[in-house]
Amino acid sequence: MKRFSIIGQSLPKIDAWAKVTGETKFADDLTMSRMAHAKLLRSPHAHARIRSIDTSRAAALPGVYAVITGRDLPRVKFGILPVSQDEEALCVEKVRMVGDAVAAVAAVDEETAERATELIQVDYEPLPSLMSIEQSLATPDVRIHEYGDGPNVHKAVSLQFGDVEAAFAEADLVREDVFFFEGNTHLPMEQHSAVAHWGADGKLTLWSSTQTPHYVHRLLAKILDVPGAHIRVIAAPVGGGFGGKLDPFAHEIAACKLSQLTGRPVKITLTREEVFYTHRGRHPVLMWVKTGFRADGAITGMHFRSWLDGGAYGSYGVASTFYTGALQTVTYKIPVYKFEGARVFTNKPPCGPKRGHGTPQPRFAMECQLDKAAEQLGLDPADMRRRNLAEPFTKTANHLTVTTIGLGECIDRVVEASGWRQKWGQLPPGKGIGIACSSYMTGAGTAIYWNDMPHSGVLVRADRSGLVAVLCGATDIGQGSDSVLAYLVAEVLGIEPKDIRVHPADTDLTPVDLGSYSSRVTLMAGQAAIQAAERLRARLLEAVARKLEVESEQLVLRDRRVFVADDPDRGVSFAEAVVLGESLHGVLAFPGSYAPPKRAGKYKGGGVGPSPCYSYSACVVEVDVDRETGVVTPTEVWIAHDIGRALNPLLVEGQVEGSVYMGLGEVLMEEQVFRKGVHKIPSMLEYKTPTTLETPEIHTILVETDDPDGPFGAKEAGQGPLLPVIPAVATAVYDAVGVRIDEIPISPDKVLKGLDLKARGKTPRVGPERYPIFAFPPPRAVESGFGLPADDIAVRPFAS
Amino acid sequence: MMDAIAKSEKALLGLRINGESRDVLVAVHKTLLEVLREDLDLTGTKHGCELGECGTCTVLVDGEPVLSCLALPIECQGRDVLTVEGMAAGGRLHPLQQAFAELGAAQCGYCTPGILLTAKALLAERPAPTRDEIRVALSGNLCRCTGYTKILDAVELAALRMASARREEARA
Repeated sequence: MKRFSIIGQSLPKIDAWAKVTGETKFADDLTMSRMAHAKLLRSPHAHARIRSIDTSRAAALPGVYAVITGRDLPRVKFGILPVSQDEEALCVEKVRMVGDAVAAVAAVDEETAERATELIQVDYEPLPSLMSIEQSLATPDVRIHEYGDGPNVHKAVSLQFGDVEAAFAEADLVREDVFFFEGNTHLPMEQHSAVAHWGADGKLTLWSSTQTPHYVHRLLAKILDVPGAHIRVIAAPVGGGFGGKLDPFAHEIAACKLSQLTGRPVKITLTREEVFYTHRGRHPVLMWVKTGFRADGAITGMHFRSWLDGGAYGSYGVASTFYTGALQTVTYKIPVYKFEGARVFTNKPPCGPKRGHGTPQPRFAMECQLDKAAEQLGLDPADMRRRNLAEPFTKTANHLTVTTIGLGECIDRVVEASGWRQKWGQLPPGKGIGIACSSYMTGAGTAIYWNDMPHSGVLVRADRSGLVAVLCGATDIGQGSDSVLAYLVAEVLGIEPKDIRVHPADTDLTPVDLGSYSSRVTLMAGQAAIQAAERLRARLLEAVARKLEVESEQLVLRDRRVFVADDPDRGVSFAEAVVLGESLHGVLAFPGSYAPPKRAGKYKGGGVGPSPCYSYSACVVEVDVDRETGVVTPTEVWIAHDIGRALNPLLVEGQVEGSVYMGLGEVLMEEQVFRKGVHKIPSMLEYKTPTTLETPEIHTILVETDDPDGPFGAKEAGQGPLLPVIPAVATAVYDAVGVRIDEIPISPDKVLKGLDLKARGKTPRVGPERYPIFAFPPPRAVESGFGLPADDIAVRPFAS
Repeated sequence: MMDAIAKSEKALLGLRINGESRDVLVAVHKTLLEVLREDLDLTGTKHGCELGECGTCTVLVDGEPVLSCLALPIECQGRDVLTVEGMAAGGRLHPLQQAFAELGAAQCGYCTPGILLTAKALLAERPAPTRDEIRVALSGNLCRCTGYTKILDAVELAALRMASARREEARA
């Protein structure tokens, strides 16, 4: 058993004090002298050609400093993924969604800027708009984009790992089911905001509520046609992200250009309605899944198809598409596997990554199907899952390397804690209990753009005062990444988190961290921080050893001291150690670098899904279903999460609880839906989310597996625990009233419809009846990697 | 139109904010939220919708929770306005602030000021609320990070500590 000083303690976050006093400066809290305020003019049309834009009346309005259109920006398209460069900050020839920006104004205040946007005259020629997957596929003569894998098909993929037809032939039960998961959105409490300042020295600084300052930095250079060396991006503390602040956005780019033209700092903050359109949230996904089962519940093979409603632009969509097929294989043994997926353009705001990126939808489908199969086979769904767990330290059919797997213990713990054995199938009518499991990656194994550089870098500098400064490009979005870096460095150096100041997310000062997405920061920035701190520690030990005339190996760092292990009185304070170290070695500043092990499967698309390690979760939900109103009330949630090691149990619990909450919102309430391209409910009142009254008690159980790839053994916590909640509720509803709702959200109307079908003796199922006729490309046939031993897990770049 | 705005009525308002008297000259249509953030640089008060839907901008006016995005400062003259910046009296954190920090009740922290103030009003009225009473009191404040669990825990902890502090005081 390892012993730690800081790791494993439920400490407050290092920024907790600033957050409870209002000290924290979010992007919209920043002000500068002479600052102008900006607004965007957005398209009211879902699809239209722009004939002309007349800005003269707006420019003439007193108080207006500048008005720009797309013609004032370099004519270069951009996008977060190199393969989908299809966006313009301000559309020039065509708009593809309601909310596309076409012009921007900087003025003395927000009100004047808004009034000026109303004076801009845009002559649109409306085009037919495409509002659904079916419509986009059926209307090839209307093209939203000119690129892709077919008319209005952004991406179509097909992968095959072994012979699924043979697997189905040897199965005792083969099920085919169709599911639909409606889109929803992140709804961060903070509206996106940015302040740009193009200084008199010709250099640009952008403060923004972004989760990916590095990608914004790279793309701004391209979009603005300015050397990246003259651009500085600083991520302000982010007031909620969940994946919604991962792309470079029109408002950021417009603020930069307006600042250049006006010579003033320019601030822009989106309205709540604009946030609903800016979006990049959960894709609506239609899914068909065919799985073969043996009588004991073992899976013989799976064939999964997904159709994603991508919206008007690419965004992260290619990755999202692969993710709808990537992680099915890492929870249970699936010897052979086939995946076909297609992302379709529609004239709606583009979807992208939201907590769980592309995996909650297939997880919902797969776990609900397992529940149906268990019922047909007469098996307890908890036991059936427990018996068929993936094998640790092996490869999956689609060549993902799994390391530690704590899922068995997770299942046991939630079964025990919830009283599953006494409740499942035995609760009074209207009450039900359901179980589901899931897994998520701890950081994407490949970067968004191909390169051999670290995914995360940290600089650790020791000051003569004993302060240790930690510089890292990582972005704290509330998950506590700054705090985690402080805990790790404090642990290595034997000091307290308070002795550390973390300087995050400033592209001038901090080494690159790719961003707060894919649950990557604790592991990747954490490993880089440990490496940097260990390098500092080695120099300190060398200097103190020389002073005390002992060997370095005899020394320990603890309680802000460096001392002889066998003779604790012989030692120096940490600050004295720094003085000795700096006297001997010069300035004490050390880098740490991390890149994940190179484990991508050797096939196209093999870069999506690999991760240093996977977290696992099992969840049991109890629900109450009102047969009169159809309202489903989750009454209690038990969730066990394989965290590898809880660096700070309090923060891990917070991530798990927040994930459960968000999953409950998605499964029961949240819908990002449009009528003729106009958002039906772009307000926080109408876009329903759980309040304190709808969020039940959540019992969190942490399971530790000490993963060899994690910092001190840690895995992710921010996304994975959302995944099992959704199918657990769906299966609980079935246990309660015998109705299968194969469509998310499980809203009261669907429950009532199911109850009505049941009462009339029809199949009590509500969900999609069909799926589009679509010719997927011929599959790339790759041999199944199932059961192969994991590659040497110790090998990763920059490790020494 | 512009002239109308430029000439729009401004009023000199005497406000009492966090125990301090502040005079501001503002356009009469500006909301309390805007005046706090833009004219008084009290940016601890946040905004989430500016339509009275999310509770983020909550401040206390004479001890009552008020959505500052819907309140007009002119209505607040002669009344006590408390924002998050005024919660820590004399540099000592309010027990709610202390408990929120210790228990991880603030993740991104954006909804935190509004929730702290709403909870403060609750504890003034009901010093020992049940968990369900806390739920009801905070049901108008949305939080997207925490799942509310740690927030409820923190309000309970603060209530306990405040009760024990009152007992100590009574004994002394």
